[in-house]
Parts: sequence; C-alpha cells; structure tokens
Amino acid sequence: MVEVVVFIVAAAMVLVGAVGVVVRKHPVHCALSMVLTLFGIAVLFLAMDAQFLAAVQIIVYAGAIVVLFLFVIMLMGVDKAESLAIEPLKGQRPVAISLGVGTLVVLLASFFVHGGKVRGVQITGALAAGGAAQGGEQNVKALALSLFSDYVFAFEATSVLLVIAVLGTVILARRPPKQIDVEALS
Amino acid sequence: MIAVFHTTPSWYLALAAFLFAIGAAGVMVRRNPLIMFMCVELMLNAVNLTFVALSRRLGDIGGQTVVFFVLVVAAAEVVVGLGIVVALLRRKPGATADDVAMLKG
Repeated sequence: MVEVVVFIVAAAMVLVGAVGVVVRKHPVHCALSMVLTLFGIAVLFLAMDAQFLAAVQIIVYAGAIVVLFLFVIMLMGVDKAESLAIEPLKGQRPVAISLGVGTLVVLLASFFVHGGKVRGVQITGALAAGGAAQGGEQNVKALALSLFSDYVFAFEATSVLLVIAVLGTVILARRPPKQIDVEALS
Repeated sequence: MIAVFHTTPSWYLALAAFLFAIGAAGVMVRRNPLIMFMCVELMLNAVNLTFVALSRRLGDIGGQTVVFFVLVVAAAEVVVGLGIVVALLRRKPGATADDVAMLKG
C-alpha cells in the first residue's frame, strides 16, 4: 500500500515537472521544473531498490547538470520569457504534439502488446524473486561487482570520454584569439 | 485486488513512456536551445527509468550499470552541448533554433 502511494506521488512529480519544462515560458522556471522531475525519478529509483543510482541521480543531475543549465541561463542573459504565442513555422505545434502522442502510443504498444512479452521474455508482471540485489548495501556491492568486472573497460573509457568532453568544451566556449582575415589568406 | 496494491514494472514502464513522449514533444515544440536540451534530458531520464524497472523485473544488475554509464554520457553531453550553446549565444544573443541556419546553402 505504501509503495503505491509513493509511486503515485513520485509519478505526479515526474509528470508535472516534465509538462512544466515544456510549457513554462521562462527558462529558469523550466530548469526548476526539471529539478522536480529529477527528484521524482530519484524517488522512483529508491522505490525500485536502486539506492546507489538514486544518490547519483541527485548528485549528478540535480546537483551538477541543473546548476550548469542555470549558470548558462544567468551568464548568457537568456533569462527572459520566450513568447509561446508566435509560431514561426505554421502548424508546427499541432504536428509536434501529434508526433508526441504517436511516440507514446508506439512505446506503450511495444511494452504491452503480446501481454508484455518481448522476444519471449515477460517484461511486465511480478518482480523477479530475489534476483536483483535488494537493500542498500547489497545494491551497491552488486553494482560495484558488475561495474568493475564485466564493464571495467567501458568504465575506463568513460574517463577518457570525460577528458575529451572537458577539452572540447574549453575549445568551443573560448573566445577566438583574434579574427582571422579569410581574404588575406586566400 | 492484489494487483492494485502492489506496484509492478508495468507501471514504471508506462510512466517512462509518458515521460519520453513529453520530452520528445518538447524538443519539437520549443525553440530555445537550452529548453530543447532540457527536454533531451527528460528523454534520457525516461530511458533510465525503463532500464531500472527492467533490471528489477528480470533480476539483472546489468540494467543499473547501464544507467550509470548513461548518467556519465549525459553529463559529458550536457557539457559539450552547453559549450555549443554558449558559443552560439555569444554570436547571436537571444538566438533560437530558427536562427541556426548557418549551414544552410
């Protein structure tokens, strides 16, 4: 009973936040709506016995990514409301919304047609009996074991990825030293 | 009545489908590049939710490991993407997705 209440509250947080991101005019409000969604997702992770991911979700997403968004919003001065009334591309919005509904229908169909069976595996229905590690400590242990044995090369590769991302951002966001005269070069 | 009082993975999958659809519609509707980015993050979160739900359903910790990697890649993606947005907004203050037509012939 408790888990149903938790699910409903967290799902409401997720959906209200997501709709807020799409419909709010002011970018700062959008970022704050996204925080609501991210916290809802963290609660759902906790409800699914993924304690480590819930903590990482809050630290990385709510702590780092949203702050980065807010930094860019404040620094670049785009914190003025966007007028949602003007529609430069005629009929874009109805088409976009109907495509979104189509996405929803396709996703739900892929999950639930054939009674939730995907390639012979029943993906809906009851939980696996004691399969995924349950309880905080076991979850972290099982995740660490998986991460540092089966996926250790991928884990090392992510460090390279992060270094490349940092370097790329420094180069992208840096001011050009001086304007190169293209005419003079040719 | 038992099914009513226990959450099943189907609930989480349905919620993830809704979240993904809202994010996808948001990318197509909004024109501010920052908010389009936020909608992409919403879609990534929907996928994470699916991974964790199926990891729980199938009793396989691998799904949670993948979510960990998705988080790392999302962080890298946001860093690079916001770098591009900063460079774009420096050239054209208040640029929307409509203004990014520099590659147009």
